[in-house]
Amino acid sequence: MKILVCISKTPDTTAKIAFTDNNTKFAEAGVQWIINPYDEWYALVRAIELKEANPAITIHLLHVGGTDSEPIIRKALALGGDEAIRVNADPTDSYFVAAQIAEVVRSGGYDLVLTGKETIDYNNGAIGGMVAELLDFPYVALATGLNVEGSTATVKREIEGGEETVEVSLPVVVGCQKGMAEARIPNMRGIMAARTKPLKVTEPVAAEPLTLVAEFGMPPAKAGVKLLSADNVEELVRLLHEEARVI
Amino acid sequence: MSVLIFIDHTSGMIKKASREAISYGAQLAAQLGTTAEGVLLGNVAEDLSALGQHGVQKVYHLQHTNLDHFDAQVYTKVLAQVADQTGAQVLVFSNNTSGKALAPALSVRLKAGLVSGAVSLPDTSNGFVVKKNVFSGKAFANVAVTTERKVIALNVNAFTITTGTGTAEVASLNVDVPAPKTRVISKDKSSGKVTLSEAEVVVSAGRGLKGPENWGIVEELATALDAALACSRPVADAHWRPHSEHVGQTGVAIAPNLYVAAGISGAIQHLAGVNRSKVIVVINKDPEAPFFKAADYGIVGDVFEILPKFTEAVKKVKGVA
Ligand SMILES: Cc1cc2nc3c(=O)[nH]c(=O)nc-3n(C[C@H](O)[C@H](O)[C@H](O)COP(=O)(O)OP(=O)(O)OC[C@H]3O[C@@H](n4cnc5c(N)ncnc54)[C@H](O)[C@@H]3O)c2cc1C
Repeated sequence: MKILVCISKTPDTTAKIAFTDNNTKFAEAGVQWIINPYDEWYALVRAIELKEANPAITIHLLHVGGTDSEPIIRKALALGGDEAIRVNADPTDSYFVAAQIAEVVRSGGYDLVLTGKETIDYNNGAIGGMVAELLDFPYVALATGLNVEGSTATVKREIEGGEETVEVSLPVVVGCQKGMAEARIPNMRGIMAARTKPLKVTEPVAAEPLTLVAEFGMPPAKAGVKLLSADNVEELVRLLHEEARVI
Repeated sequence: MSVLIFIDHTSGMIKKASREAISYGAQLAAQLGTTAEGVLLGNVAEDLSALGQHGVQKVYHLQHTNLDHFDAQVYTKVLAQVADQTGAQVLVFSNNTSGKALAPALSVRLKAGLVSGAVSLPDTSNGFVVKKNVFSGKAFANVAVTTERKVIALNVNAFTITTGTGTAEVASLNVDVPAPKTRVISKDKSSGKVTLSEAEVVVSAGRGLKGPENWGIVEELATALDAALACSRPVADAHWRPHSEHVGQTGVAIAPNLYVAAGISGAIQHLAGVNRSKVIVVINKDPEAPFFKAADYGIVGDVFEILPKFTEAVKKVKGVA
């Protein structure tokens, strides 16, 4: 069985959010980059766990991005996975990225395609659903658990107010989130091994973006906190009731 | 040309998030000078003509055994046919669990640019530009959709439900419904509880509660406020609370009217998922806790002392004590 794990690159969670070029570009200067947490902690680690249980599984990592992404690809390989593919292109919009991933899946014959539920920068959560549609694969979004038995995957997914378990025959695309696995830290052996794992670079296929960011902006700042003393909880509730009108 | 709104339901009831989507779609249709139509797949107990009160003129109700459970692939194929037959130009979804699976697929199938996580009506004065949250609410982006058709997934709790007097015509359509490739084998749904993502009030607690055995005072406040429960990441990681309650940049992102944070420091990753809350109340014994900078109201004090008092005061105001 072949698993493809899609890896995105995002600014570190503590990165300063600012914009340049008339608010049309994210200010990248000085920003630390990480693997998108949902891709790393859940999609990749769950794939690794499946391979630990069944060594016949092959895991490939896929990233759409420039050469400056190679450090985070190596970091992902240090956690696990047999080889990585980088589609050498600027990820312009979700549709463009999905089109690249779908092409790799088509030519690579993967049974299971894993993505994170969303990236923590654009928060689109669109890649999984788009890839599935481009390939006419079934798609399970917001998955909190995943098992594979022969040619059937059992996926637990979030629904409003609960969870649901579905069975689906492979191939399938699964969008992963918390619950699926526990985050890991790469060990020394993994880091050494990652240096020599294959990292193939392919050129993108043509795909027209469907959207573009016209402008970024920051939300208005809060007015400041109104502090109340610990023996005046009733006053707090009165303010919430009469001033803020939320109770 | 029309605006088509996907109407989602659970246990036979239309989701609140879908009423927001309908209200949004109806106002968008008015803005574009066209009609707003809804589509509902599967079985519901509600009278669909009553959805006219939120501004839809027509609701297409499609029933079929293959639509009895949610399968993204089947729903996508059916919705694409509905969009084509009705000449829909803009598709509106709630950005909830179903919308997150469907909107991207419809975007591809209809070659319609997608804005997911929209927070307001589009600016159509020059093109079609929709505001959405990015960086987990730390910033926003105005996204231009460059295609003829568009798909919008509206963030939950980002748009006020409008209720008027209209009645919608309920109609059916002839579509091809393929067999699903997924099969539901079990469902585990806590009934009666307020759903976190849709909740108007959320009570959240962090490591300051010291241990899972102390959650009683948190639950009592939540009950008094008719609120959903949430927690910080370390609380879920330590299995004090279920993962589904973890809010923040790497958990659930929420935007309630009122967010009460007890014993949570307010780390940047936590704030990122809750900063769209309209009113934030922070209870923390450390006056230097970063959360106070993001709060509207705050009390510096011990959660074990404050939370029970808070509950009592709420009961008084609500007239239940
Ligand atoms: C990549 C990444 C992603 C992350 N994503 C998330 C996320 O999505 N969500 C999230 O929540 N965190 C996230 N975190 C973790 C985050 O950085 C913080 O560690 C976490 O939010 C802290 O949780 P806490 O506030 O409950 O605990 P602490 O930081 O330990 O704070 C406990 C607070 O309780 C107060 N306190 C203690 N006792 C009392 C008392 N008796 N009465 C009143 N107050 C008391 C203390 O003063 C303190 O402020 C992430 C971290 C990383 C690195």
